Amino acid sequence: MSTATIARPMTNSLTAGKLPRGSSWFVLVGSWLIFGGLFAILHASGATKDFNIIGTIFFGTVFFDVVIYVISLLVEGGRRATDRLVTSLVATAFIIALLPLVSLLWTVVANGLGRMIQPSFFQDSMRNVIDAGGGALHAVVGTLEITGMATLISVPIGLLAAIYLAEYGRGHLARGITFFVDVMMGIPSIVAGLFAYALFALIFNDPGVRSGFMGSIALSVLMIPVVVRSCEEILRLVPNELREASFALGVPKWLTVLKVVLPTSLAGITTGIMLSIARVIGETAPLLLVCGFTASMNYNLFSDRMMTLPVFVYTQYANQGANPQPFLDRAWAAALTLIIIVMLLNLAGRIITKVFAPKYGR
Amino acid sequence: MTAGTTGATKAKLRLGDRIFSSSTILAGSIILILLAAVAAFLVVQSIPALVAKPGTLPNNASNFWVYVWPLVFGTIWAALIALVIATPLSIGIALFISHYAPRRLAQTLGYIIDLLAAVPSVVFGLWGIVVLAPFLQPFYTWLVTNMGWFPLFSGPVSGTGRTILTAAIVLAVMCLPIMTAICREVFLQTPRLHEEAALALGATRWEMIKTAVLPFARAGIISAAMLGLGRALGETMAIALVLSPALVVNFFLLTSQNPNTIAANIALQFPEATGVTVNALLASGLVLFVVTLAVNSVARYVVNRRKAFSGAN
Repeated sequence: MSTATIARPMTNSLTAGKLPRGSSWFVLVGSWLIFGGLFAILHASGATKDFNIIGTIFFGTVFFDVVIYVISLLVEGGRRATDRLVTSLVATAFIIALLPLVSLLWTVVANGLGRMIQPSFFQDSMRNVIDAGGGALHAVVGTLEITGMATLISVPIGLLAAIYLAEYGRGHLARGITFFVDVMMGIPSIVAGLFAYALFALIFNDPGVRSGFMGSIALSVLMIPVVVRSCEEILRLVPNELREASFALGVPKWLTVLKVVLPTSLAGITTGIMLSIARVIGETAPLLLVCGFTASMNYNLFSDRMMTLPVFVYTQYANQGANPQPFLDRAWAAALTLIIIVMLLNLAGRIITKVFAPKYGR
Repeated sequence: MTAGTTGATKAKLRLGDRIFSSSTILAGSIILILLAAVAAFLVVQSIPALVAKPGTLPNNASNFWVYVWPLVFGTIWAALIALVIATPLSIGIALFISHYAPRRLAQTLGYIIDLLAAVPSVVFGLWGIVVLAPFLQPFYTWLVTNMGWFPLFSGPVSGTGRTILTAAIVLAVMCLPIMTAICREVFLQTPRLHEEAALALGATRWEMIKTAVLPFARAGIISAAMLGLGRALGETMAIALVLSPALVVNFFLLTSQNPNTIAANIALQFPEATGVTVNALLASGLVLFVVTLAVNSVARYVVNRRKAFSGAN
């Protein structure tokens, strides 16, 4: 549109005083480019070692918030400008939350993948290893045994309690259990570890007692409330018509629960249990206290120290040898293994829900 | 069913019914007993530390409360900083997912934030010490040189970046998923008609949120913050790895002399502890238990008063 012509075309009253469409995206990419250039100059001048991609995105996004506010204030006026500012701030919050996630996953994969795919990592323990080599087999075995035992303890208790809350529970006891289950979800994991220690130290009258089973007890304290909450919610989703139909056929209540309610909600319950396993399998603090750490294989859950993957990550980092690199490599590899296990559990849970969930008309 | 037999006939009590219902009641009661047992065993094991003579406690503390005070301070201070960082962020993210992002993307974005909850805390700790601390250290140096007059930022600056601010940032990232999940749920509960009424009156999207969504969600936001606080108070490994602790009580964010937290102190000291030190650590764990129990109870009470939403699941 040339300014020279006097007869200007009539301005569209619907778009007048508004920024053109997509201008926020344009400004966002522009401010990323500006800060990318800035950090590239810093990098080229040797002030920083690497090109600072996180800094680019962070400062670029913050800069975008300011710029879009000013532009909008000039063109669109105060109210619209505030709206744009909040929109960009909200998006900024999301981007800021993504930065640590991406950075963390990238770091773990970049540092851990090389060591994890070496076969020795899942074939050897750390016995008599003081430098390179060795593996996390003892930690993997320990994690599987301890978490498996915790699941064996938590699932029956948690599922039965959930059935009580969903099918039977009325009155004070039910309300008390619901409330304290919620409260129990917030128990710090380390307190669960201390509880298991205090319990077994009293029973065996030995302040140095350590075993894998104590770890299972500690994890159960953390796991039971998660199982109860997720199972209860799933059981409440079962339509009442199914129960009523079963009662009308003269089926006793306990058989109705076992043969009608539970099979209907089986997929959801499986998912809930998998998510609760995912929740506790990465717990470090309680296992560090009550299972201790060791470099050797230990298949016996009921005696002696037992290594687990999270504790393996911690000890490899905390007790580095004279040559730290192999220790760091093992720590990252174990961290990657742990993340992969947790994500697989989460993914499997979600897939089970998606595929097997009964179809209600919701 | 004949018309003659009116009045409720009582169902026959079967053996299976009785066994099944009492075993569910038993399982429910076990949970309550478990919680009581946690408290009871911790109390029993703490007593030797509470009555310990001066000189036997670690750090030459004259009594248990002198020993635990810097740790309590550090725990609350770190959690509060984390909360200050995480609360606005999680409100923003929740708003983004519930009211700004395209409908089709919203659920996926929610999953992405939930991914943060899937990362074990020890991995967060490792990331914090290896990546985040060196990344932040230059900014800390800059802050201390240029903003050192501000009491929180006074030096000397930590050379490693392993300060309480770094630890609190890691904590904040770890609290984000639960806080975002609750905020999101509450924001979605806003009556649709309120939102539409605000928009119909010519409000911009932000004005609609300010007048319809936020007032409705205030209680939910508060309880989300408190649940996040509960999580931050009890977080162990991230702090144990990231923080470089000292036996101090101060508010400085950027120095290498940082107050330690209860949980991290237990994790660091417990493997080598003997005698009364073990009891002292257990007693400090009891203090942590009581604090988090109180915080969580209040938060849950606030959540439960509004039965409409179920909380953090």
